[in-house]
Amino acid sequence: MKPRDAQETNSESGRHLIQFRGVTKVYGEGQAAMEALRGIDLQIDEGEFLAIMGPSGSGKSTCMNILGCLDTPTTGTFTFRGIEVGLLTRRQRALLRRHYQGFVFQGYNLLNRTSALENVELPLIYRRASAHERRQRSLQALETVGLKGWESHTPGELSGGQQQRVAIARAIVTEPAVLLADEPTGNLDTTRSREIMDLLGKLNRDQGITVIMITHEPDMAAYAKRIVHFLDGLVASDEQNGRAK
Amino acid sequence: MLWNTILLSLREIKRNVMRSFLTILGIVIGVGAVITMVTIGGGATAQVKDQIASMGSNVLMVSPGKRLGPGQSSGNVPFKQADAEAIAKYISSVRAVAPVSSQSINAIFGNQNWSTQVTGSDNQYFTVTNRSIGAGRPFSESELRAGAAVCIVGETVRKKLFGGQEALGGKIRLQKLSCEIIGILDGKGQNTMGMDQDDIVVIPLTAYQRRIAGNQDVALIQISIQQGASTEKAQRDIGQLMRERRHLSPSDDDNFNVMDMKEIAKMLTGTTQLLTALLSAVAAVSLLVGGIGIMNIMLVSVTERTREIGVRLAIGALEREVLMQFLVEAVVLSSFGGLIGIVLALAGSLWLAGFLRVPFIFNAGIVIVAFLFSAAVGVIFGYFPALKAARLDPIEALRYE
Repeated sequence: MKPRDAQETNSESGRHLIQFRGVTKVYGEGQAAMEALRGIDLQIDEGEFLAIMGPSGSGKSTCMNILGCLDTPTTGTFTFRGIEVGLLTRRQRALLRRHYQGFVFQGYNLLNRTSALENVELPLIYRRASAHERRQRSLQALETVGLKGWESHTPGELSGGQQQRVAIARAIVTEPAVLLADEPTGNLDTTRSREIMDLLGKLNRDQGITVIMITHEPDMAAYAKRIVHFLDGLVASDEQNGRAK
Repeated sequence: MLWNTILLSLREIKRNVMRSFLTILGIVIGVGAVITMVTIGGGATAQVKDQIASMGSNVLMVSPGKRLGPGQSSGNVPFKQADAEAIAKYISSVRAVAPVSSQSINAIFGNQNWSTQVTGSDNQYFTVTNRSIGAGRPFSESELRAGAAVCIVGETVRKKLFGGQEALGGKIRLQKLSCEIIGILDGKGQNTMGMDQDDIVVIPLTAYQRRIAGNQDVALIQISIQQGASTEKAQRDIGQLMRERRHLSPSDDDNFNVMDMKEIAKMLTGTTQLLTALLSAVAAVSLLVGGIGIMNIMLVSVTERTREIGVRLAIGALEREVLMQFLVEAVVLSSFGGLIGIVLALAGSLWLAGFLRVPFIFNAGIVIVAFLFSAAVGVIFGYFPALKAARLDPIEALRYE
């Protein structure tokens, strides 16, 4: 690579929040080797609302793991805020997640028998926020997701949709640079799913949070401003969605 | 940071009150058992020491036979009153000498009867055994010489035979001997072997020999040595004197035994202490088992909470923080167990001390040691499960069903 190109790379990755360059991911070795990603090039900017779609085994989950700094590419580079994540230690990647990323999972993954408020406080505990600050910000986050008045309820007392709202509150309470949602509506009926998608859209629009979401439901992807299709470990299509709701 | 971790672990324990309690049950029992054993054992040892001190620490006992214990006595030449008199006369360091003979006899007053220990001796007996006459008077010279039918009774005998009635001046019957109560001994309670020392009737030795035993024998000579005098020297001197009086040639073994109370004391406290140590060791093993119980449950808990650990790692918990969380959880759990164990042990030993009539002596040392040990059990047995939790791959953990 010529020096000029290298400089270009740097300045380019500086412009984007997230950048994949020729990212591959291989699981296993030799005969059993399985290529989950076969060379991904993708840029995501701040403030985007992106849906990643694709059939099972297309590599979208692997891509999500790399986005969430839970996994690193086999080859190629993945940069987050200009930092090449593949070069970081486990500890540094954990700190990156702690300070810049919020996670929402398909199965909510809330702590059982723990109030909504305490669930939302969890990431702030790891960020060493004071008890007062934790409480204030968690109440604020719960209000943002429309659960004002439900603070003391435990997951067992909340509906699926409400649990996912708590999970979203937990993800945004740290004001992350990016919200990563892995099939956030996978366990919900259509009405609840729409509510969750509306909420994600609102967070993206009003608070400028970058949202990256995996889904296999076109109805849900339709809420996103940009839709990326994965197929067999490659990006099959990448298009703006002019009719985003 | 540590405070946050403790907060998290307290929340976790609160989430699983029932399981947490069962987890720490082993520690509770272990700590409780150790503290109870040591406290009761300490009380028993102190009691033995106390009683021996109250018997007079510088007391010697001279008995016929080669040594105290099973297989003594038969065919041994008994002592006579003259032997006791000789000791008093020739051994300068002696403070008091009491010839003693005794046997168990039914004492009768009116329609009450009570089986008690009847001892024939003289006034020296009260000096040697460190007892005082609470009401009434000691024997007079003439009563002792003549073997008068008078007696001095212990508190238990008075209570059993007379109840609320006045005992002084009363006449009790011992076999064919009807004797008048001239004195009542102050209460002394149980001795080391759990025998009631107040269950006693003392009559003049002459009366005992003539009217009860029907011989001139003295079963035992109890001697009290002067304060500050050497017990060992007195022991040797008495031995020498007895050899002469019993006409033993230098090649013969002693056919009597001079025992030092200090030896008896050492032997008795030694036994108590050994027993305490053994029981405590057994109890300590249960603490270890309790620790394994904690490890077991923590391992189950790590598996059960795999997804939760995944979430924590995903939202930015460091490995070290997850490790700390589980470790602190184990330590908080086991410390709770320790605290509950301490409270139960103190309550238990208080009750048991009353039940066994042993003084309750609070031993701060063992309480602190047991608590620290329970916390250490948490660290040792919590570390492996905590490490297992911290090493989980977040991707795998989040996918875990």
